[in-house]
Parts: sequence; C-alpha cells; structure tokens
Amino acid sequence: MPDSRLLLSGDEAIALAARHAGVALGAGYPGTPSTEILEAFSEQGGHAQWSPNEKVALEVALGAAFGGARAMATMKHVGLNVAADPLFTAAYTGVTGALIVVSADDPGLASSQNEQDNRHFAVAAGVPMLEPSDSQEAYEFLFTAVELSERWQIPVLYRITTRVCHSKTLVTPRANVPPPPPTNFQRDVRSRVMIPAYARPAHHRLRKKLAEIAAWNETSPLNRVAGGNGPLGIITSGISFMHAREAAPDARVLKLGLTHPLPFGQIEQFVRSVERCVVIEEGDPYLAQAIRAHGLAVESKPEMYRFGELNVTRVRRILAADTSPEPTPQPGKPPQLCEGCAHRAVFDTLHKLDCIVAGDIGCYTLGVLPPFNAMDSCVCMGASLGVGLGLRHILPPDQARRVVSVIGDSTFVHSGITGLVEMVYNPPPTGHVLIILDNGTTAMTGHQEHPGTGRTLEHQATGKVVFEDLARAVGVKRVYVVEPRPGSPELENLLAESLATNALTLIVTRRPCILVAKQIREYEKCAVACAPSES
Amino acid sequence: MSNSPVTNIVIGGLGGQGVLKASDILADAAVRAGYDVKKSELHGMSQRGGSVSSDVRFGDAVLSPMVPTGEADFLVILSSDQVEPNRHVLRDDGQLIVPEQIDAEKLANRKSLNVALLGLLSRSLPIPLEHWQASLRANLVEKLHEANLQAFDLGRTASSSKSTAPR
Repeated sequence: MPDSRLLLSGDEAIALAARHAGVALGAGYPGTPSTEILEAFSEQGGHAQWSPNEKVALEVALGAAFGGARAMATMKHVGLNVAADPLFTAAYTGVTGALIVVSADDPGLASSQNEQDNRHFAVAAGVPMLEPSDSQEAYEFLFTAVELSERWQIPVLYRITTRVCHSKTLVTPRANVPPPPPTNFQRDVRSRVMIPAYARPAHHRLRKKLAEIAAWNETSPLNRVAGGNGPLGIITSGISFMHAREAAPDARVLKLGLTHPLPFGQIEQFVRSVERCVVIEEGDPYLAQAIRAHGLAVESKPEMYRFGELNVTRVRRILAADTSPEPTPQPGKPPQLCEGCAHRAVFDTLHKLDCIVAGDIGCYTLGVLPPFNAMDSCVCMGASLGVGLGLRHILPPDQARRVVSVIGDSTFVHSGITGLVEMVYNPPPTGHVLIILDNGTTAMTGHQEHPGTGRTLEHQATGKVVFEDLARAVGVKRVYVVEPRPGSPELENLLAESLATNALTLIVTRRPCILVAKQIREYEKCAVACAPSES
Repeated sequence: MSNSPVTNIVIGGLGGQGVLKASDILADAAVRAGYDVKKSELHGMSQRGGSVSSDVRFGDAVLSPMVPTGEADFLVILSSDQVEPNRHVLRDDGQLIVPEQIDAEKLANRKSLNVALLGLLSRSLPIPLEHWQASLRANLVEKLHEANLQAFDLGRTASSSKSTAPR
C-alpha cells in the first residue's frame, strides 16, 4: 500500500484542511507563527489574501461567512487584539456559512512583543475554541471547526501555538470530501445589524448557543482519556498533551480538544477517577482556574511555569512540584540587522543626532541594539506615531524637537495611517518627524507583500498605496523620499533640518530589503510585462 | 502508545546556513524509511543571522516534537561557535558532529556543508541510502542536486579521524 502520510507543519495542515473542507476565502496579516497558513493555502489553490491588518481580514472573512461561504481569518496572537472589535460582535451576529478565526499564540516570545494567552478571548467574546496538539489534529479539527460554526452559526476560535504551527508531524488526509453548499445572500437584518434593539436578543441567542455547545462537548470525541490508569491524573490541551504523555507515560490523561465552553461534567468525572490531578498547560492557568472555579480540586503549575514554553523537562518538574531555579543554557547569537541592510544607515543617523526614537514592530526594532542604540520605545503595531506625538506634546521644547517616529512600510499600512491622521489633526507645537522605513516588503515575517508594494499575496500586480501621496493627501506639507546609503550626508542633513522646524515632516527612506531585492525586481518586471492594458 | 526508543537529533547553526533545510531532508528521509517523525524549530528571527536550531525525532511513535534537554543522541553543528549554546541538549554518551569533520576544500559548493554533515550523520542512522538520496532530490531544486549528492557522499565516506565524542 502506498504511504499516504504527509509530513506537514501545523500551519500547512490547517491550509490543506481548509482546502479540503471547502474554505472559499482566507484573509489575514502576516505574523509569526501564523504566516505560513495563508501562503500554503494559496499554493494549494485556495483564495488567500493579505489584508492591511487583522481587523480588516476578520471583517472580510465575516462578510464571506454572511454570504454563506466557509471563511478563515489567520493572525498571530497580538493580531487578535486588533481584530477583537469585529470578533466580539460577530459572536452576536453569528454567521450563515462558517467563520474560523485562527489565532497563533507565541508562548516564550520566539518572535513577538508579549506572550499573551488568547484562550481568554474565547471566554471574553463568547465563542467556542478548539486547540489541536499536532498536525493531524490541526487538520482534523479544522473540519470540526467548520461543522461547529455551521451547526451553531457561530465564529470559532481556532487557537494554536508556536510548536503546533511550526512542528512538522505526519498527517493522513481525508479522501473524498464533499464540496460545500453554494453561496447565496439571504437577508437577515435582525441577526446582522447590531443596533441595540437587535443586539440585546442576539446576546441571549449567543449564550443559548454556548450552553448547547457545552452540553454537546460533554460527549464529543474532541475530548478523550489517554495513557495509563493513574493514580496520577493530568488534564491538558494543545501541545502540552504531547509533553505530558512523554513526561508521565503511566499517568491517566484527560486531553481536551474543545476548551471553551469546557465539558465540566466530564472533567468532574475524571478528577474523581484519579488520586492526584494536575493541570498541565502553557501560559496562564486558564484551565486550572476554570476547573477550580467549578469547585474541583486540581493542582495548577507553580507560577514560574507561566513564563515561556513548556517542554518534557519542564512538565517533569511541574509534576514533581520542583520550583528550584532552572538551568539557563549559554545564550545563542542574537539576531541583528543584516549586513548591507538599508535600515543601518537610518539608525546610524538617528543615533548620531541623538534622537528620541518612538519605534515600531519589525526587523528594524533591532535598531535598539548596539551599535545603533537608536530606539526608545516599541509597543505594538503602529504605536510609533501615537507615542512619538504624545512625547512631543509634553516634553520641554529642546527635548520634543529630538523626537522621531520610525515605522516600517508594512507596519505603516497596518496601523500607522490613523496615527498619520492624528499627527495632522493634533500637531504638537514643535511639529513632528515621521520616518517610514520602506524596504518594499514585510521582511520580518518572511517577505510578504502588502498594499504598499502594489502586489498581491501571490505577487501579482494590484492597486498600490503610495505613502508620499497619502501623506500629502491628508495634509502633510513636507514630504521627502530618500535612498539611505552609508556615508551619504543626505538623510542626516534632511533630518537635522526637519527637526529644527515646527512643521510636520514625512521622510520615506526607500531601498529594497537586500534579502529579496533581486526577487522584487523580477516581480516588477513581470508586473509591467503581464499587466492587463487599462480600459 | 509504544515506549520503544526514539532517535533524537538536534541540528544547530546560524541563520542562513541551512539548518532548517538539513532538518527537512533528515525528517523526510526518516518518513520514507517508514518511521513516525516529528520535527520542531522556531522561525521568525532566524533569518537575521542569529542562532537557529531544529529538533528531529523518529521512531515507532514520537510524542513531544522537541528533544528534551540532555536526551539528544546526535548534535549536528554547522558553525563551531554554536557548539556551546547547544551542548546541553546532548546526552552524556551522545555524538557531536562538527564542521571540522568535513574537508570544506572538497565541497563542490561550500553552501552544501549542511548536507555533508548529514552524510556524516547518516552513517549512524538506520535509514537506507536510497531514502536519503530521494529526500535530497525532493527537498532541493534540481540544479543543486549534483553538488549536494556529492556533499552527502563526502560526509558519508569521510574519515572519522577527528574526535566526535563530546568534550
């Protein structure tokens, strides 16, 4: 018999399942560890698109689901903060097709600014949540997510973590999956127009759906008991299940797949079946607190294991209640701005002029490290604008004049445009200087396209947002484009002059990322050659 | 699930050296040999020249995708300065494989060091040569096949004069 097993990352397994389950549209914004889902979905022929940010992506997917399609929005954990607004009310409106919201959390901060635990979002928004443990489950649970979403007409939070996203494990795909029903607009004003009069009953409907799902979850195959016969019991979910099974092969393990709303009846039965019950979970004590609040005596991990990822070694320590300090391996080599990176010249200049730099999220955040030491804040996507303006408003003028906001091209499109409007609307007395580091790609996450490149996810020519035109249109008078070159005084002179005025200035430093400059030139050539004639 | 032994390999190096490619080739070869296989690494910052490592585990049934501390049977290092940051993963009697064991002058393409080290590793693994070769062809574009098959062979037949025991 031929080997039908595929070695797939969790991200690739989700993409394949989305294809097989008839997901008609996937939208998202690149973010480690979620980025590869839409790329793989596109490679397999799915309709995938990068949106300017996660909020828009989720709204596009919601619209598709209103139209009866199966739709998916993908993002990293912090992306769901941006998309929280539509998520919370989409839980009220419900959907006609299916809406899967994929949140890829990053415990241990492999490539993120925080390690927030998005399981709390399922509770806060009131949506069911699935947590797969490996690529086979990542594949299977996506079908389940579609089924749940369509059966209860509710968005489903599909919560994964770095080690599920980026570990490759074997997947046996399903054969012969039936196609989804055709899309068709059905007017349903009372469900989808959330004026208070319609939203009040919608909230009641949501709570009723969750109660039904909780009852269904008591006997659902998503939760199962594995391992030995105790006396040690472990309750776990996601990747922690794998670590726990390896760390304690004889333990009896309740593995939860649908972790909101929780199957408390099943959990209670399990807790009573073992002598000692420990909850093994990464991040916040989400399961432990919920189970204890239900009146069941379970052990939670010691506080020190809230931080960072779990692994087999750490799970063994948790089970032994070991809170002695963990050995810290010799640190590896930290990442740095590439040799020849155009951002280097910009941060050299910012350092030389002793600027106060409100920074942002991307490769260029590495400008904080020596030899540049040229970043003073980095909080979230787009914060460079607001934080820089806030500093300008309150600092004494000699300090205020040193404040510069620095943001990358993709990040600017994501969350910088409203900050640009704020700059024009509430200008500080000393003016302000915004630098857009335009390297023509979303470099940090692996070189994805964005609206500023004028190319789609599949690198095809499309509408292009031109930053300097946009800035002029909203009312910025001083707009400059500079090619940052080492040793050239052009940027330094312009920046010094701009800081000395009381005006608002945008400086776009434009040079393609050296890692993909050649590829970008090829896309551009193709775009000219392949572009449809204007009609 | 089976408790039969799992073979644990960690490959470490710097961003751009082909750590992840090497672990892809190894994992694919193990799949072709019929094993359960899991492979894990962190993406994201790796392209900026920082440390990168990747875990590959295979056997009858693998649970965690990450090699527990001190349980790697093999540690394959692509850049000598990455030995110390990764040494803690290796078991006491584990085997360390380092770039010095390959005569870089003999590589048709210096970028194939990762594959040459896989060749060295392959001598100690129960994966038939045909699966390694099929995996190399499947994971590399065609124009790189010749140089990498040569590099693999160089590693597989290299003399083991240099010590591979952990120091």
